[in-house]
Amino acid sequence: MKTSVNFAGIEMKNPVTVASGTFGYGREFQEFIDLNKLGAIITKGTSLKPRAGNKPPRICETASGMLNSIGLQNPGVEYFAKTDLPFLKQFDTKIIVNACGNTVEEYVELCKILNTLDIDGVELNLSCPNVKAGCLAFGTTYEGVKNVTSQVRKVLDKPLIVKLTPNVTDITATAKGAEDAGADGISAINTLLGMKIDIEKRRPILGINTGGLSGPAIKPVAVRCVWQIANSVKIPVMGLGGIMNGEDAIEFMIAGATAVSIGAGNFVEPSTSIKTIEEIEEYMKKHNIEDINEIIKSIQTN
Amino acid sequence: MKFQEKTILVERTQLKDDIFRFKVKTEKIAKESKPGNFLEIKVSDSNEPFLRRPISIFSIDGNNIEFIFQVKGKGTEILSKKNVGDQIDILGPLGYGTFKIQEYKTVAILGGGIGIYPLYEAAKQLKGKTKINTYLGFRTKEYVTVVKEFEDVSDKLIIATDDGTYGEKGFAIDYLKKAEKPDMIMACGPLPMLRAVKEYALENNIPCQVSLEERMGCGLGACLGCAVKVANSPKDAPEYWHVCKAGPVFEAKDVEF
Repeated sequence: MKTSVNFAGIEMKNPVTVASGTFGYGREFQEFIDLNKLGAIITKGTSLKPRAGNKPPRICETASGMLNSIGLQNPGVEYFAKTDLPFLKQFDTKIIVNACGNTVEEYVELCKILNTLDIDGVELNLSCPNVKAGCLAFGTTYEGVKNVTSQVRKVLDKPLIVKLTPNVTDITATAKGAEDAGADGISAINTLLGMKIDIEKRRPILGINTGGLSGPAIKPVAVRCVWQIANSVKIPVMGLGGIMNGEDAIEFMIAGATAVSIGAGNFVEPSTSIKTIEEIEEYMKKHNIEDINEIIKSIQTN
Repeated sequence: MKFQEKTILVERTQLKDDIFRFKVKTEKIAKESKPGNFLEIKVSDSNEPFLRRPISIFSIDGNNIEFIFQVKGKGTEILSKKNVGDQIDILGPLGYGTFKIQEYKTVAILGGGIGIYPLYEAAKQLKGKTKINTYLGFRTKEYVTVVKEFEDVSDKLIIATDDGTYGEKGFAIDYLKKAEKPDMIMACGPLPMLRAVKEYALENNIPCQVSLEERMGCGLGACLGCAVKVANSPKDAPEYWHVCKAGPVFEAKDVEF
């Protein structure tokens, strides 16, 4: 049985990764799961300089999901290279760094540094809904995505993945922007911009009023986006949004995803990623699937 | 070391209409737990409610852990309906900042409402090492719980209610202020109480450990949700620590709340 996939030039032993911002740099989960079993680890969004993040509250539970407004708190790429990368390199898994910035120049500077590090790929975060500058500002139009991606492409030899936001009219347009700029793959989706109000105080719960919705609540939106993207570009797609088990992962792969990421599911159950890998294998056995690649984009539409 | 365990509910006591005391049997969590640690409890097998519930440890005893919680929403409501013998999926012990148990001369324990529970294990472990003066505040008689337990571990126990229906009338902290000065304060409760005790501690140069709470995602330090502002960090570039990682117990002077 073959479970390995090649996503954007990254050879993964299985299609399951952990989503940026839900897994730190891996340390917090090593007491609960064997990190060697993961197809890849996608790091917390990392920027050129350290970022403090947004004022609390930053988390709020919603129906079958949650809102977050963390605001990309991270120690910066220098610290990552010194402390977290050596930690991650102990494990037999691929390392993909989620890269974020306020300006095109910042993305370029950051990716110049990332290009020199012993990592397997870069996921360009053009989709965080919780910061004032950068990210979403570039991520919602064909031109915006194409511009920043092509600037980064010039300095980055490693596999380049662009993470897209669902907060757009047409996600195939931004996907094409990434493809035309030379990206090797696409991650979809980041969180949906949402809001929750305390009706006693008549105030939003989150410190910055709005936040990104994740969890099973967004899965149908994510599956639809992955399907649309897979039908409009030739580069492979990483599917994420509310995956809690193998069935969810298989659904994304049938829709067109080459790989999948576990996001908020890590918070509820630290072993969600491992369980997902095991359940994908069970599905393969049950359906006599020799090679996981057979199911990618195997959807028969009505 | 943290663990995920299917613990077994061995004792279930309803303390008030909406307050429950659970004792669970663990394999490993209890042995690793320190006073001030908390647990992340999965209350449902479905996606509703989605997240685990962070609940502080009340008491550690061999392989058993007790926690006391108030029904505040659907998660704690589901939890409250578990029966003796049921399995409860728990991550713990969580948090690296715990109450420092060492020899002091006099420790003042200050708790308010459901914030009194994380203080009990600390008091238990301090007993015999130091003099313990405990001050507990509640809104009214209806909310007063676990008096006997705190009586047993305290050299002096003062209970105050806002309306005077039980014990002294007024705020617990006012009685702390009137008494002999402790050389350590341990506090947990509503924010106005914690702010007041921080002010008092700073004015009198008394070290003060406070247990904080904040809306939490994972409890493990991965989501960075439960941020608390670092004291004296610049307003335009504030710095944040996290309740589940640096806390939940902090030196009061180190954080803003």
